[in-house]
Amino acid sequence: MADAPLIEVSGLRVGFASRSGRVVDVLRGVDLEVRRGETVGIVGESGSGKSTLLLAAMGYLKRGLRVIEGSARFAGTDLLSLPRRDLERIRGRRLALIPQNSGQSLTPNLRIEAQVAEVLRLHGTRPAGEHRARVRELLAQVRLPDPDAIARRYPHELSGGQQQRVAIAMALAGEPEALLLDEPTTGLDVTTQAHVLDLLSDLAARLGTTMVYVSHDLGAIARVCARVAVMYGGEIVLDGDARRVLVDPAHPYARGLLASIPRLSGGALPASLEGRPPEPGGAGPGCAFADRCAIAVDACRATRPALATLPDGTRARCMRPDAVAGIPLRGGTATTHLVDAGARAPALSLRGLAVSYARQGVVDQLLGRPPAGPRTVDAIDLALREGEAVALVGESGSGKSTILKAIAGLVPRADGSIALGDGVELEPDVSRRGPGELRAVQLVFQNPDESLNPRHDVATILAQPLGLYFGLSGEALRRRSVELLDQVRLGAHYLDRLPAQLSGGEKQRVAIARAFAAAPRIVLCDEVTSALDVSVQAAVLALLDGLRRDGGTTFVFVSHDLAVVRAIADRVAVLYQGRICEVGPVASVYAAPSHPYTEALMAAVLDPEPGARPRLLADDVQEGAPPARGCPFQRRCHRRLGDVCATDAPPAREAGDGHVIRCHIPVGELRALQVAGAPGHGRR
Amino acid sequence: MTRGASRWRGVARNLFSRPSGAIGATLVLAHVALAVASPWIVPYDFKAISAATILDAPSAAHWLGTDQLGRDVLTRTAMGGRQAIVVTAIATPLAVAWGGILGIWLGLAGGRLDDVLMRVVDAFLSLPWILKMLLIIVTFGAGIGVLVPTLAFFYGVPVIRIARAATHGVVARDYVLAARARGHGRGAIILREILPNVLDALMVEGAMRWSWMLLAFSSLSFLGFGVSPPTPDWGLMIADARSFMAIAPWAGLAPVVALSSLIVGINLAADALAKALGVDRAAAPVH
Amino acid sequence: MIRLLLRRLALGLGTVALVSAMIFAAVEALPGDACTAILQRDASGQRLENCRRELGLDRPAVARYVDWAAGALRGDLGTSAHNGKRIASLVGDRLANTLLLAGCTLAVGVPLALLLGVLTGLRRDGAADIALSTGTILAMTIPEFVSATMLIFVFSIWLDLVPGIVTVSASAPATAFFPGIVLPVIVLTMVMTAHILRTVRSSVIETLDSDYVQMARLKGVPYWRMVFRHVLPNALLPAINVVALTIAWLLGGVVVVEKVFNYPGLGHYMIDAISDRDLPVVQAIALILAAVYVGVNLAADMLTMVLNPRLRTLRARNG
Repeated sequence: MADAPLIEVSGLRVGFASRSGRVVDVLRGVDLEVRRGETVGIVGESGSGKSTLLLAAMGYLKRGLRVIEGSARFAGTDLLSLPRRDLERIRGRRLALIPQNSGQSLTPNLRIEAQVAEVLRLHGTRPAGEHRARVRELLAQVRLPDPDAIARRYPHELSGGQQQRVAIAMALAGEPEALLLDEPTTGLDVTTQAHVLDLLSDLAARLGTTMVYVSHDLGAIARVCARVAVMYGGEIVLDGDARRVLVDPAHPYARGLLASIPRLSGGALPASLEGRPPEPGGAGPGCAFADRCAIAVDACRATRPALATLPDGTRARCMRPDAVAGIPLRGGTATTHLVDAGARAPALSLRGLAVSYARQGVVDQLLGRPPAGPRTVDAIDLALREGEAVALVGESGSGKSTILKAIAGLVPRADGSIALGDGVELEPDVSRRGPGELRAVQLVFQNPDESLNPRHDVATILAQPLGLYFGLSGEALRRRSVELLDQVRLGAHYLDRLPAQLSGGEKQRVAIARAFAAAPRIVLCDEVTSALDVSVQAAVLALLDGLRRDGGTTFVFVSHDLAVVRAIADRVAVLYQGRICEVGPVASVYAAPSHPYTEALMAAVLDPEPGARPRLLADDVQEGAPPARGCPFQRRCHRRLGDVCATDAPPAREAGDGHVIRCHIPVGELRALQVAGAPGHGRR
Repeated sequence: MTRGASRWRGVARNLFSRPSGAIGATLVLAHVALAVASPWIVPYDFKAISAATILDAPSAAHWLGTDQLGRDVLTRTAMGGRQAIVVTAIATPLAVAWGGILGIWLGLAGGRLDDVLMRVVDAFLSLPWILKMLLIIVTFGAGIGVLVPTLAFFYGVPVIRIARAATHGVVARDYVLAARARGHGRGAIILREILPNVLDALMVEGAMRWSWMLLAFSSLSFLGFGVSPPTPDWGLMIADARSFMAIAPWAGLAPVVALSSLIVGINLAADALAKALGVDRAAAPVH
Repeated sequence: MIRLLLRRLALGLGTVALVSAMIFAAVEALPGDACTAILQRDASGQRLENCRRELGLDRPAVARYVDWAAGALRGDLGTSAHNGKRIASLVGDRLANTLLLAGCTLAVGVPLALLLGVLTGLRRDGAADIALSTGTILAMTIPEFVSATMLIFVFSIWLDLVPGIVTVSASAPATAFFPGIVLPVIVLTMVMTAHILRTVRSSVIETLDSDYVQMARLKGVPYWRMVFRHVLPNALLPAINVVALTIAWLLGGVVVVEKVFNYPGLGHYMIDAISDRDLPVVQAIALILAAVYVGVNLAADMLTMVLNPRLRTLRARNG
């Protein structure tokens, strides 16, 4: 029957047995149909069960999980009850997976050629003699330059983007009828992501393959999928056309999620969704979202709503569909970005800062010469005023974290100076700094799981800075600790908890409280929201913004996420290979005229509007080190002038209002080129 | 204070909930209790020789029979672990302490000193343990005053490796970096951040060290280099009983069971402890 | 990669040199020397001095060390204080016997351990796995002299199947040692196999849980092909190091076993030499054992470097 769905999940309940013997649900009765040629996106945060659903669609469950009821059919056959031999014939051949972390998913001891050819050999799609050629054909199809060289390499010799493409090639080798994708672009650089997503949507269009795309990133899904399903607490809560779901969703959670995503275009701080997603098995008898929902009533908490079909074909799991439209989609506080920055006192100034990880050889040591290797970070000039939030933006290898560590005194400085507002120079080595300087600069790390000592409870964690800087102890210590927790919106009962008992967002708040315990003048934030779920991220951003306003603290905020930076920062510096390309007020930098690299970044990142296509300006090339002379971006720049870019360092050009661009192309020309050639670019 | 105590209570509960942990810990505790209490509860004097009762089979008078000098096997077996347990129980914490401190320090210091010392450690470990022990014993005798420091020194060396590796694992963590950024001194960082996280691995290793030391101690006694008669010792008893195995197996079996049960018990408990604490025991060096 | 291998080789040689210095220094530090051993109660005054001058023991320690080390490299290990014969010839036979014992143990134990380790790792928590796990714990923890004694009791005294004590002399040809070698090999194999089995098992389990094995399964790779192409090459790599470590242990365990069974090997000779205070012999044997230990570890490291693609190509990327 041409009409029958290709993939059909019916009433699927999957769970595991906890230590006490109770069955914990990971999937609570999922119904999903995917027809031939459809591209369906599944969106969810951690704990939503989306990965488990995807793997179950292939008939695979991780160790410890089992099917409690339901089925997952492919072309009519329930894969979950199929014997292994039959499964082996379907997997890779008719149904293929593109995994999340390709670096880990490629077998380390086999060359690329062997692994891709394995699919050909197992599923017999081509005669044996053609395998070599077919492998190279596939590698070329996924836009890998020099397929022959790549085929002969081992997985660990490839970059993240290359590994991901190999995984895609491997999936295509079997010429499958359907592709399942598990967060394939997570962990990749922004520009690489754009390239891979472009490839995927192109493939979908050309080959007509059915696709199921799982991700937490709505922007990625918007680019590839025509239909979107939203998962929460182990079940599907919304399922419909992408244009509806991503613009005006019919479920409170989806609306809250959309509202909490920072946007590139708007300057407002995204609204935060209070609370956190439920743990597997943690949902009560009623709707899983009830305790976070703005329009929840008693009936919502008592009975679990069914997935009902709305007049426009969308399925929504909500008892109050009419009230949903009233939930705002944007909003949150409009940030009043600092306008009178020039009038405020200086807080931190970096002059000619350079960092090199190269070790001094014996000869250099004897002659007193600086180490010879390339500098990770060079020529950084930045002046921050009190109360400002300045963001450092860039991809991996941009040196943004290194700059933070240099300010904190944790990495050796090759050159330049760092001074606090009152002219006090900061020693390069943190162990040589006085108590005043130590207090003044505090650092918050990216991964809250790693930055809190697992053996210390919250009270001990806060006691460390309070004891070290202020000599507090006993009752005074406890009182101040409770005050700090209150500032980050955590109750006093958190003092006894260990990090293992806290959620990601809560841990990050504790880390922020720890930083603020010192009453610092400068707070350095190293990708502090990157490891958090989207809905939690907004709350942490709001917290940081509130703290900044109240205390007049200066922030240096590092991130790879341009939208987050737009929401929280006043000024931004764009870094490439450890050098500043462009710096200025956020709105100015993000609009034309921009440095070509900024332009490429902006083009690669778009808000989650359905059907939006990214523009690929810069090549997807991973650079190991900056070029010895000239502009750092010369090898990838799509507006490269000529030899001057390779020989001379680009001059700093003013574009008004403190906006500086380091490029050989004059500002007026840049503006003209960019406004003319980039229709969607000039959004404000 | 209560936080630490409640953690250990949780670990103990976890340990005993596993069959291997329960069996192991019970065996160990039973042996330690026996070693402590035996002088008061045994029926005979351990050195009482009697020509009349040589190599008697187990009977009502002698539950486990007698050995080749007419001494009661039950008495000697019950007391046979005392020397071994006392010596090793003192030497083990010493070994873990000195090896742990040096290992943590090297793990933090790194650099040239670390390279050189690890080469020396490797070279030292390339010599068979028995050679090292015998050289010392043959020169200085086998009294407690010699054995305890010798065992503590030799068996502390592998602990250096373990502590160093555990420290390497911790030192790279963000929370240690955060402490450095705050300006805490080296000593405070070691004590507060690193030590609590390394201690678990050291504890498990300590249990294993104890079992290796017991093995070494009884092997030495077996070979005639350890405990001297008439002090009862399992290794010595097994050596004596060897010649009479055909006619009086019980004299050898009793100490075999006693020694084996203690060592097996320690290993089971150490295994369960490692799982309860979440310590990875992938490549623990042998001996 | 050649450079990496050469560096590792140099490191190994350096370790042996360091050990030889340690051995020499340790023996020096002990009270008494070859002369006190030879002269025993007469070791005092003029006789002692004469003896020392004759044997060259009055020269500075460093010079004597260099002599000894140089001699060892040439194959000349000095003379025994006990009976004046050349150590090299005394040690030669015994070394061969110990190598025979160790060799048989490895030949039996390693393949057995690998096979059982892989099987129990694949069929984790099955009946065979649990039985073997218990067995390995017992095998690993019971001291060698205990299991030796028990085996002698059961198989040679009770059942009278094999001889319990070796009565052949040191210089006998290899074939003379069978069947006396059976029980010693069993004792050593038990412990060795247990260690290797445990490590291989946990390595296999870890590999089975990896992302790339999951990916292979989801590609439709049949089970046994997955095991041989995706699992084993990665799971067995750490086994190389364990085998090396166990061999190192074997050198120590062999000593006790040789003594128990009266086997005329190097370890047995070492104990006798220590009892007799025959220090030159002790030095020589220690050097040999240490050299074997370092050599085995060296071979294991180099083999790992060659077989692990990640290590092989590291230089290519950085170079």
